[in-house]
Amino acid sequence: MGHKSDIKLIVDGKRTDGRELDQLREVEMKVDVVNRANGSAMVRFGNTVAVAAAYGPRELFPKFMQEPQSGILRVRYNMAPFSVDDRKSPGPDRRSTEISKVARLAIEPSLFLEDFPKATIDVFIEILQADGSTRVTGINAASLALADAGMPMRDLVAACSVGKIDGQLVADLNGLEDNFGETDMAIAMQPSKNKLTLMQMDGVLTKTEFDRLFKLATESCKKIYEMQKKVLKETYKRV
Amino acid sequence: MMEEKYALELIMKGKRVDGRKFDEFRPIEIIPNIIKNAEGSAQVRFGDTEVIAGVKMKTGTPFADTPNEGILIVNSEFTPLASPDFESGPPGEDAIELSRVVDRGIRESHMVDVEQLVLKPEEKVWAMFVDIHMINHQGNLIDAASIAAVTALHTTKIPKIELAKEGEKIDKILRGEYEKPLPAVHIPITITVGKVGNNLLVDPNLEEEKVLDAKLSIAVREDNTICALQKQGSKELELSDVDKMIELAIRKSAELRELVKEAIKEARKE
Amino acid sequence: MINMMQEKDSDSASASDSGSANPREPSIEKEIAEVAKEHPEVVREVVLPGEFIADKRGRKIGHGAYVEGEKVFSKYLGFPRIDEFEINVMPLSGVYIPQTGDRIIGVITSVEISGWFVDTNSPYLAFLPLSEGVEDFVDTQRTDLSRFFDVDDIISCKVSRVTKSKTVQVTMNDFIAKKLYGGVIIKITPTKIPRIIGKGGSMIQAIKQATKCDIITGQNGVIWIRGDSKTKAIEAILTIEKESHTLGLTEKIQKMLSEG
Repeated sequence: MGHKSDIKLIVDGKRTDGRELDQLREVEMKVDVVNRANGSAMVRFGNTVAVAAAYGPRELFPKFMQEPQSGILRVRYNMAPFSVDDRKSPGPDRRSTEISKVARLAIEPSLFLEDFPKATIDVFIEILQADGSTRVTGINAASLALADAGMPMRDLVAACSVGKIDGQLVADLNGLEDNFGETDMAIAMQPSKNKLTLMQMDGVLTKTEFDRLFKLATESCKKIYEMQKKVLKETYKRV
Repeated sequence: MMEEKYALELIMKGKRVDGRKFDEFRPIEIIPNIIKNAEGSAQVRFGDTEVIAGVKMKTGTPFADTPNEGILIVNSEFTPLASPDFESGPPGEDAIELSRVVDRGIRESHMVDVEQLVLKPEEKVWAMFVDIHMINHQGNLIDAASIAAVTALHTTKIPKIELAKEGEKIDKILRGEYEKPLPAVHIPITITVGKVGNNLLVDPNLEEEKVLDAKLSIAVREDNTICALQKQGSKELELSDVDKMIELAIRKSAELRELVKEAIKEARKE
Repeated sequence: MINMMQEKDSDSASASDSGSANPREPSIEKEIAEVAKEHPEVVREVVLPGEFIADKRGRKIGHGAYVEGEKVFSKYLGFPRIDEFEINVMPLSGVYIPQTGDRIIGVITSVEISGWFVDTNSPYLAFLPLSEGVEDFVDTQRTDLSRFFDVDDIISCKVSRVTKSKTVQVTMNDFIAKKLYGGVIIKITPTKIPRIIGKGGSMIQAIKQATKCDIITGQNGVIWIRGDSKTKAIEAILTIEKESHTLGLTEKIQKMLSEG
């Protein structure tokens, strides 16, 4: 974040990939892509691709981890070694450990965990291709996977990234913008309740800038929510 | 979901759960160039089993015993999303075994002309990292992974590189700009044959794998030479079984090789 | 429970078709759109978690919905069931969670001193106490309970009690409860069991008659089948599970059963 560079990220009001400032990349969403799992989904934003699978509720071992009054949620975010330019060594590193945790906290408030005491719900997010905004793509996929699995939820979770590049506020950062922009912020929310469940920011923003950026973020999340609703409704329409 | 008992009953009657013949594969799909950031990649499906292989090229110091050869490293991830039986963490014995079996099929067949991967003799060579990610486990991961790795390598392009000058440490790899295709010559195909009672079958699905007495994975090159063998499973194989299994593998490998060749041809057109 | 029909569109299975969020072929979509125009009650859309269903108006809220103030929302991806007395949502899929009164098919996993543990195809193991399993007096000091039920035995039983922390007890004290000998068990999505049973039991009867098999379904998604033509029965059941959303499924199954 915020590497110094000569790259101009915005030229004549358009971004490096031709997008408008508030325009999302091309989005693709599918559910039921891993049939071994109870629920699963694939979400693509431009060249960033995430697959998520949800298992459970299922028995939790070791037993000392069981909560007698409530189920628990475990999330594992992982990047495939071939997902990035410079091959990533397999296995968790500090970054993916942190992202696993914030992703869990982004989703947990939506689940009715009290319906499954002593059990666990496991969500696995694999990033197959990385071009910026992988954690929010992963969270969008996880939310669809949980709905697909028949988990009881208060609302779906929609997530997106926003940022400041070349002094302008933009939505859905690609890899270049993520690396060389001045500020990036990831948010996740329960869109129909207008509740925020994740917020992370790097960079420097004035309060005014923050307010505008935050508004852009919530509006973008609502757009993403509409797409999530559409894929679920279209896939499971009954005749 | 089916009880394994049922799959076993059917096999002993000469049938399979999905109606296939014993020497029949599930529908196979091979899609190369599926991962943009990788130098080579392929997605392979055998029915519902799905794997993705990605190839990343890096520079490295050659191994002492092969100072003028490029390096091949095969790694596999039994990602927990692919099956309720896979756990997070370092590769377990099954993941390690799969990596090594796929590696041997490629290495022993001399599929890649590694002598052409030397950048500075005895000092610096290209290293090919093949990472295989399981996406959905419905049986026969080894065969699917092998085909994915072979297809990915055959469609890999070596990136342009500016070697570090005197006194500099870092080579600059210009990803996105390509020098030439990876010199891949042969096409080894791995066929895993399972044994149940007196029956031999190929491409076992998930339930069938659980009831196999034993299985033998056989890597066959296009000239029908065998480059690698691996027996798995807890029961013994008769000597006569081995012969029959190898014959079956040679026969089926020819069929699968045609599919791989087709996929490689399509990829090269792009 | 008889009229419920839930489905999962199994055509959406593959991950790699690029560029399509809509898994059905265009010609089928057109057909559905035409049917929808003429018979709006036949084409139904699912509701999503968090979607508003109705105002409460003093009605009972089923376990598939939740309340915020006077407004009722869905907990699941599923189909709403609303009448004057109750608002509920039936989920399309999901793991079985035991509820008191459910009739299930379980498998004995261990023999204890005063009872047995039973696999219920859920995250919760159930306990069958000796008094609920056997009518006569049994001297526990002298008797090995495996003579009544042994590991891997299949039983049809009833869930007699589920506590708040999901400790589950089952009983054989029910007119349909019994040990099931021979046969095999298969597991399907529990929410599709009603579809296997059919209206008034019509579907399951058709399968039983055509295949001359004994078939018992459990609300936990487990189905026990015994008979020579069980392959045919299993094929029919799995087809229903996979295609429960399509038009003409009943005819297709009838055809399947009369052939072969």
